[in-house]
Amino acid sequence: MLSLIVFLPIIAGLVILAVPSSQKQIIRMVSLLAAVVQMVLAVMIWQGYDPSLAGITAVAGGSPEGSFQFIERLPWISLDLGSMGSMNIEYFLGVDGLSITMVILTALVSTIGVLSSWTIQKQVKGYFLLYNLLATAMMGCFVALDFFLFYVFWELMLLPMYFLIGMWGGPNREYAAIKFFLYTLFGSVFMLLVMIALYFSVIDPLTGNHTFSLVAMASQENYIHDAILGPENVMWRTVAFIVLFIGFAIKVPMFPFHTWLPDAHVEAPTPISVILAGVLLKLGTYGMMRINFPLFPEVFQASMYVIGVFGAINIIYGAFCALAQKDLKKMVAYSSISHMGYVLLGLAAGNSEGMTGALYQMFNHGTITAMLFLLVGVIYDRAHTRQIEKFGGLATYMPVYFGVVMIAWFASLGLPGLSGFISEAFVFVGAFSSEVTRPIAIVSVLGIVFGAAYLLWSLQRMFLGKRRDDAAYDLEIGEDGHEHIHFHDWKGKLDLDARELAMLVPLAVIIIFLGIYPMPIMGLMTSSINKLVQVLAPVAMAAIN
Amino acid sequence: MFELPSGAEIQNIIASLKAGAGSFIPEIYLSILFMALILVDLATKGRKPILLGWLTFAGLAGSMFFIHQQHQMEAGELFFGMYVLDEFAIFFKYFFVVSAMFAVVLTMADRRFDTEVKSIGEYYALIVAMLIGMVMMAAASDLLMVFLSMELVSLSAYVLSGYFKRDGRSSEAALKYLVYGAVSSGLMIYGFSLIYGLTAQTNLLLISAELAEHGYDPLVMMLATLLILAGFGYKIGAVPFHFWSPDVYEGAPTPVTAYLSVASKAAGFALLLRFFYIVIPHGLSPYEDIAGSEWLALLAIISVASMIYGNVVAIWQKNVKRLLAYSSIAHAGYLLLGVIVMDSIGTQAVLFYLLSYLLMNYGAFYVIILISNRTGSENLDDYRGLGRKMPLAGAALTVFLISLVGLPPTVGFIGKLFIFSALLSKGSLYVGLALVGIMTSVISLYYYMLIPLNMFLRESLEPNEREQNPGLFANVLMAVLMVLTIWFGLFFEPLSEFAHYSSALFGLSFY
Repeated sequence: MLSLIVFLPIIAGLVILAVPSSQKQIIRMVSLLAAVVQMVLAVMIWQGYDPSLAGITAVAGGSPEGSFQFIERLPWISLDLGSMGSMNIEYFLGVDGLSITMVILTALVSTIGVLSSWTIQKQVKGYFLLYNLLATAMMGCFVALDFFLFYVFWELMLLPMYFLIGMWGGPNREYAAIKFFLYTLFGSVFMLLVMIALYFSVIDPLTGNHTFSLVAMASQENYIHDAILGPENVMWRTVAFIVLFIGFAIKVPMFPFHTWLPDAHVEAPTPISVILAGVLLKLGTYGMMRINFPLFPEVFQASMYVIGVFGAINIIYGAFCALAQKDLKKMVAYSSISHMGYVLLGLAAGNSEGMTGALYQMFNHGTITAMLFLLVGVIYDRAHTRQIEKFGGLATYMPVYFGVVMIAWFASLGLPGLSGFISEAFVFVGAFSSEVTRPIAIVSVLGIVFGAAYLLWSLQRMFLGKRRDDAAYDLEIGEDGHEHIHFHDWKGKLDLDARELAMLVPLAVIIIFLGIYPMPIMGLMTSSINKLVQVLAPVAMAAIN
Repeated sequence: MFELPSGAEIQNIIASLKAGAGSFIPEIYLSILFMALILVDLATKGRKPILLGWLTFAGLAGSMFFIHQQHQMEAGELFFGMYVLDEFAIFFKYFFVVSAMFAVVLTMADRRFDTEVKSIGEYYALIVAMLIGMVMMAAASDLLMVFLSMELVSLSAYVLSGYFKRDGRSSEAALKYLVYGAVSSGLMIYGFSLIYGLTAQTNLLLISAELAEHGYDPLVMMLATLLILAGFGYKIGAVPFHFWSPDVYEGAPTPVTAYLSVASKAAGFALLLRFFYIVIPHGLSPYEDIAGSEWLALLAIISVASMIYGNVVAIWQKNVKRLLAYSSIAHAGYLLLGVIVMDSIGTQAVLFYLLSYLLMNYGAFYVIILISNRTGSENLDDYRGLGRKMPLAGAALTVFLISLVGLPPTVGFIGKLFIFSALLSKGSLYVGLALVGIMTSVISLYYYMLIPLNMFLRESLEPNEREQNPGLFANVLMAVLMVLTIWFGLFFEPLSEFAHYSSALFGLSFY
């Protein structure tokens, strides 16, 4: 099941390879079909998922059965290394509360992304090949439970992303693409070293061999005492935690490693921005929750305050930057940085409320930001500009668009009744109730105010008031005597067309629904979050020592 | 003063030759192939270059049969300890033969040979001559044999790199290669003579025993090590013995460049591993007291310098072959990391890395040849927009380059994984070296990606050209190499088993 959901896009990619490049519609349909089937599979996994099982670590005795679900575990590589014993790499997939949330999100955003890719006209075949490769890599990352496999998927994302930004992006795409590539590779090569060091430090209790299994690594009793990352080796464990954290923080992206993100977003085509903001950024915080924190819980305990401070900086700095942007897409990109700060803050709280808020925020940010970028894409397609000052009074002329924008903007702002509110509320409840992060939480609340400021201000400038004299569109008096607007060389429907609605309406429905009744997603994560908190808690560690 | 050997001694020599010959069949076979190629060239008067190419290819393929038979033979010394047969040597025999076969295929693909060269006969013969030299380098266990085989390789390589006689750059390459080669050979032989002076032995095992038994002056030993490293460093193209490589790589015919970058470098590593692992005395915990730390420190410095210099200077290169020259300097640095680890895991990592390097480097050079057949140029600027005109070539080259960076899922990633695993298997001792390794590989991403950047992200200078097909054979070969690069990146067991099995050096006890 999980193998299928991971590799379905790549199979679609192989089919596309056989289709002649002139058959653009067939290529698009194949990709859409794969994405839809992937989503159906995600829903089936969701239905078959038992939320009472905790995940995170193995059950007593070291077996992942009964803790993780939909497990697929096969030996992949087994090497004799002579004096060093044998090297075992497994094809090991499984989901728990952390990953199933992300699996659903990934399937959803991938599908939306395919729909949004309909407007890509240049080199359609190459585009969808890379897109499907990316979709496989993303999904693989979320379900891999072997560190080696995770790493392969993690790195596999980089190359398609590089080309997708670099070949279908804006004018400054070369710079943005290589910046993205270098930044993320810089983070992940350190992960490689930590991965190897962990391998030499951990024994799988079931086999007695060294292992790359993240499940075995999440239990501190599996570490060899005098190994490089063994429990006594405080210095190297701290170093390993820090470099892993930086690797994931680059992906989040956390201040001061965030500078690649606005560049990448501004240059990337709309669907790639959607994928980037909707899924890729979550990989950073997912990696923290799955790998970084549970493997080094005592270092996490010691660094909660620092993580919280970085979270607060992200929230406030991101909001300030967003406030200063003239380019709408850049504003949304910085709002992403700001909102991922809430995730960091929730994680830093280290309690159930904060962690639940963080994971739920990851899901909600995925849907909300996907929507924001889609909406930016809608207006960019029409006006060929994203400068906020080139618009004005759009609400009158594009009422449906304005309506959807209102939902997305207010969800991003954290309006009660929409999903973003619940996750941010949980984050703050968690952060307030933890002694460590309480002062940080108090400061971070300012972020909500600034968030409201840039969102409402942009809304006001673009949609309210009257058309500006230098606007990107002309006014016409239609035959019915009403005023209309007209974009230069835009042949399509002025307001949202059917394809655009097909992308936006489901997202809007999800955002509203999860804002009123969050349990379908939140219910999935509860037991896993509790388990994670327990693994991270000082009491649990004291018991081991 | 020489005394004539007595009858009994002559009998003894003949017996040893007879006994050794049985384990020397691949080398004899290759020597016959070498002569046969010259004769066929004479008979056809150089008018059948393709025939000669395929003949060489088939002849080389045939040698695999004899090499394969050596697996059954017992490891041991031949010819009074001049030469050894062990799994390590057999590994390199395969490696060099495959390298030479690739070099032949690349030569047949390169259209420049049609215009620049009148007669190709000696060319293939020289490829085989160099191959024989390399095969002997990997199995030499005596200082004299080491020197002789290295000179055979070098002399063939000088001629090969200057094979485009009318091309000034090619001649310049040959001359530079010769001058640097002569100097480093001289230094190396001086180092050998110091060792001989210390031990009065030329056999590596005997030298080792002598050093362990009687000790030595550390300063002299250090000097000897340094001088010998000059010779080996020249072969592997490591800093600071690398000065020849950018010019030679750029000027030499591309197939020769590829051959030098893969096979000649590997031969250097074969020698380096055997020489240092055998010569420096070892016990249960090898090299802990005697000069060991010094030469390991030397290697570490050379390795770090190579990784940093090669990867950083490559950033500013405008010529693809020159770019790969600097990249090959960097790869020598990564390979040295595996040597430094000094155990079977390290050896295994080096061997695996060499296998991966063979695949990805030949792949890259093959595509470069195909592109230069079309554009007549190896300049980065002329790669603009090629991705659209030659999609398969573009995709294949991207995969090879990604593999050279060391990103999954390619075989190059596994090579780096093994190298870093070997370093980290020693605990925190070599973390610093591993850090330099990964940091420089991030830098390498930048310049390797310049090629796909030009091919895919930039528009061609002549936008109206249509898709160009390099031919069925070329397409299939490219696709196969590309798939293998990814396949062995995911299922590398056979290669690493082979590398592990081959890491046994004759006369080394700590395995």
